[in-house]
Amino acid sequence: MHEVGLMQEALQIALMHAERNDATRIHALTMRIGPLAGVDVEALQLAFEVVKPDTAAAGAVLHLEKTPIRCWCSECGRSFEPADCVFRCPECQQLSADIRQGREFDVVSVEVS
Amino acid sequence: MNETEVLPHRVLHLHERVLGRNQEQAARNRELFCAAGVTVVNVLSAPGSGKTALLERTLVDLKDEVRAAVVVGDLATDNDARRLARSAAPIVQITTGSLCHLEASMVARACEEIELSTLDLLFIENVGNLVCPASFDLGESLRVVLTAVTEGEDKPLKYPTLFKTANVAIVTKIELAEVCGFQPALLRQNIANIAPQATIIELSARTGQGLSAWYTCLRGLIHAHA
Repeated sequence: MHEVGLMQEALQIALMHAERNDATRIHALTMRIGPLAGVDVEALQLAFEVVKPDTAAAGAVLHLEKTPIRCWCSECGRSFEPADCVFRCPECQQLSADIRQGREFDVVSVEVS
Repeated sequence: MNETEVLPHRVLHLHERVLGRNQEQAARNRELFCAAGVTVVNVLSAPGSGKTALLERTLVDLKDEVRAAVVVGDLATDNDARRLARSAAPIVQITTGSLCHLEASMVARACEEIELSTLDLLFIENVGNLVCPASFDLGESLRVVLTAVTEGEDKPLKYPTLFKTANVAIVTKIELAEVCGFQPALLRQNIANIAPQATIIELSARTGQGLSAWYTCLRGLIHAHA
């Protein structure tokens, strides 16, 4: 559980870019999170409420976009979305450790004025 | 009307990684380790799986052939550092306070206290936690996840995110398997399903069973970095 620290880091990134772009307010913050980022989405929403007061983002809303996991199957030469935490290719049943998507934890955009 | 309310809204597209600063520091650590010719192993597990016991034994057994040091992270106390220091290897304790994992910057600061170029091997004993350390690259060349037989066979299923980042999965306290009614084959299967990339080693730091496979793994790694 370190979502408050992570959210602080995300907010710093947003505030820095807002300031660089001569904006005084952040209205919305959009983040992208993969299931393998090791971050709890609900805890992150709560953390945002904790860190935003008394900043330019005090009135902002947080949008969290969840990305699906994509693995690469070297046997079939294609990517697939695993059904559960065992990353097994639905075509050939081969296990994959080649994770191409799902670890994202990004600040995608900020809406400012 | 408030002045700020009449300003038009603009969207700034950033696409910036939240852990970007940690990843940049991890990359700098990796360059530093590479320049010093030291192999770095990040050791992760739940509290009480036997990270310190394994490292204590490893430092003693390999003392004549490998120059090793340990950076050890705990929320509080330097108990682990004192245990490890009996080996005479350089030990640096990081006390994280309330933080549940080590970050690359903490490791960088700890490494200022060690002469890296005199080492073959640096162990980073992470804070006991199977969740948070998964997301923090420290600049290591090998990530080792330990799970003890006393924790049951389903740890990899419960904590897949961390196990999926492991290069080596070590099953510790194997000498207790029978008395715990533990099924080694079931855990091996669970690790293989969750982390097919991981090499599995079963060992006991107390009896010495299985340690040769661990040492062979470390020797191979040091040789590859030499």
